[in-house]
Amino acid sequence: MKKQLFALLFALLPVTAIAAGGASLPYSMEPDLADKESLQNGMQIYTNYCMGCHSLEYQRFSRAAEDLGMPQDLVEENLIFSPDLGFNDQMHIAMNSGDAEGWFGAPPPDLSLEARLRGTDWIYSYLLSFYKDPSTTTGVNNAVFPLVAMPNVLEPLQGVQEKVCAQTDRHVEGSELDPLTGKYQSCEVLQVTQPGKLEPEEFEEAVYDLTNFLAYVGEPSKLQAQALAPKVLIFIFIFGVIAYLLKREFWRDIH
Amino acid sequence: MGNPNKAKAESGIMRWVDDRFPATQMWQEHLSKYYAPKNFNFWYFFGSLALLMLVNQILTGVWLTMSYNPSAEGAFASVEYIMRDVEWGWLIRYMHTTGASAFFLVVYLHMFRGLLYGSYKAPRELVWIFGMTIYLALMAEAFMGYLLPWGQMSYWGAQVIISLFSAIPGIGPDLAQWIRGDFLISGITLNRFFALHVVAVPIVILALVVLHIIALHEVGSNNPDGIDIKKKKDETGKPLDGIPFHPYYTVKDIVGVAVFLFVFCVVVFYFPEGGGYFIEKPNFEPANPLQTPDHIAPVWYFTPFYAILRAITFSIFGLDAKFLGVIFMGGAIAVLFVLPWLDRSPVRSMRYKGWISKLMLLLFAISFIILGILGVLPSTGGRTILAQVCTAIYFAFFLLMPIYTKLEKTKPVPERVTG
Repeated sequence: MKKQLFALLFALLPVTAIAAGGASLPYSMEPDLADKESLQNGMQIYTNYCMGCHSLEYQRFSRAAEDLGMPQDLVEENLIFSPDLGFNDQMHIAMNSGDAEGWFGAPPPDLSLEARLRGTDWIYSYLLSFYKDPSTTTGVNNAVFPLVAMPNVLEPLQGVQEKVCAQTDRHVEGSELDPLTGKYQSCEVLQVTQPGKLEPEEFEEAVYDLTNFLAYVGEPSKLQAQALAPKVLIFIFIFGVIAYLLKREFWRDIH
Repeated sequence: MGNPNKAKAESGIMRWVDDRFPATQMWQEHLSKYYAPKNFNFWYFFGSLALLMLVNQILTGVWLTMSYNPSAEGAFASVEYIMRDVEWGWLIRYMHTTGASAFFLVVYLHMFRGLLYGSYKAPRELVWIFGMTIYLALMAEAFMGYLLPWGQMSYWGAQVIISLFSAIPGIGPDLAQWIRGDFLISGITLNRFFALHVVAVPIVILALVVLHIIALHEVGSNNPDGIDIKKKKDETGKPLDGIPFHPYYTVKDIVGVAVFLFVFCVVVFYFPEGGGYFIEKPNFEPANPLQTPDHIAPVWYFTPFYAILRAITFSIFGLDAKFLGVIFMGGAIAVLFVLPWLDRSPVRSMRYKGWISKLMLLLFAISFIILGILGVLPSTGGRTILAQVCTAIYFAFFLLMPIYTKLEKTKPVPERVTG
């Protein structure tokens, strides 16, 4: 009966997998905390483009410098722009949240835990999904977060993206598969129509770095955990083997 | 000096202690001369593992308390402070959050062992009842602990559970307000939950664990065959099928501890969020009383009962569905307390019970797991029907037990344990 129970547990696994999944996102990314260059670049993009409005209340410059391998003087010269902030401070912003509420309708949220709240796939997809929409106050809309109050601050890098009718490799909501080309035909395809400073691939890479940095900020302890884990597990394993041998020795005379 | 009938050390410091405190006597009674059946199997690891998790929760809890700020303004930030600025804070916190889930997992397996081998049957009724009371206290402890990080799910989860009390006719709304200490969940609620979580309930749990073990050692441990090892003794009065708990089961349990800790540490270090089931994603956002999350689900260990609550969508006898749901949910736990008197079988272990008992236990276990899964999912028409079916099976397992355990033909029980 034990076996039947376990078989049942496994039979039910797909149900839980479905339970964990949310709405489908157009893009996905796998954070890589070992890629220090990507994390450093992500932090640079963050301080230059995002930190005007979004604080990282729980992230210290000094901790990031240590974890990402950046010397103090470089961080102070290139990443700390506010005279009120020091190397050991958390990444606060100068913007008053009351003012922000008046300007945007809602104060821009702190992003310390955004990667853990919404997931990195969401952040990555969101940042790639702005498109031109003259009907909104900011002139842009977002396919992942419709009618978001945030303008596309990365537009100088990305260029202007628009919704067009085209064929695409990716399945988009409501798209139809063309059996001849094997591609999807949709009028929801986002395409850069006026180029920015970066090529589309370069821009995707920049957004990857930025998302990767936010993944780090969400849980800096992950670096420590990953470094410590093998040692702990090896210790427990050896301890377990010795404990088992001890048990076998004691139980030799029990029949 | 002292009672001459008690076991005492011959001389030395232990003798001095034994004349004043029954240290040697207690050591022998509960460990070195406590005879446990020699045929304990896999299912018997979970009692000692539950004790291990209790110690883990208390130790990590004490250290978390040192840096946690129990106020609506500071709670959320202090948890992040523990995660980032406190030395080893992240590890202590993840051991506590993972420990809560692991505690429930081993307790559920421990309880299932009881169902499997009839460990609740006479003369172990009080062992079972103390154990069930621990489980009840543990649920209160976990529920109140979950409010402390003051995230969105902390807040709204507590909101849902406390609102259940308001479904009680007449006194309901006042009772819910009395529990909250405010018109809505606020810093006042957080402060009292903190006091109960770190002081009151742990004391109750510790006391109950002592009672659970004393009651167990008074009557002796059951075993997979469900037979009484005290009936067959050698000339010195030791049970033939019994072995001293120490050193035999202490060394065996340490192996169990090592295996358990390996899995536990894999989760703590690599998957501390437990796929969103140990730490739910909305809890990475501070509590916001003005914004309800899209989908409120309790932590996984409460979901079977939550599913039972939601399965009741109809009203009978003029009682509305919500209150009826609360009654069914409470009943699902309450019925476990009277289990020793529902089982009328002449044998204890499932090994010698008839096929109806085996089938019912299997159906019960399946229903419990399905209810657990349904409790995490948003409810739909089909899922509600499935939950109702599972709820019916859940109760049928217990309420029909006096009939089917009496009716069915049992197998003969062996004289000695079979291993």
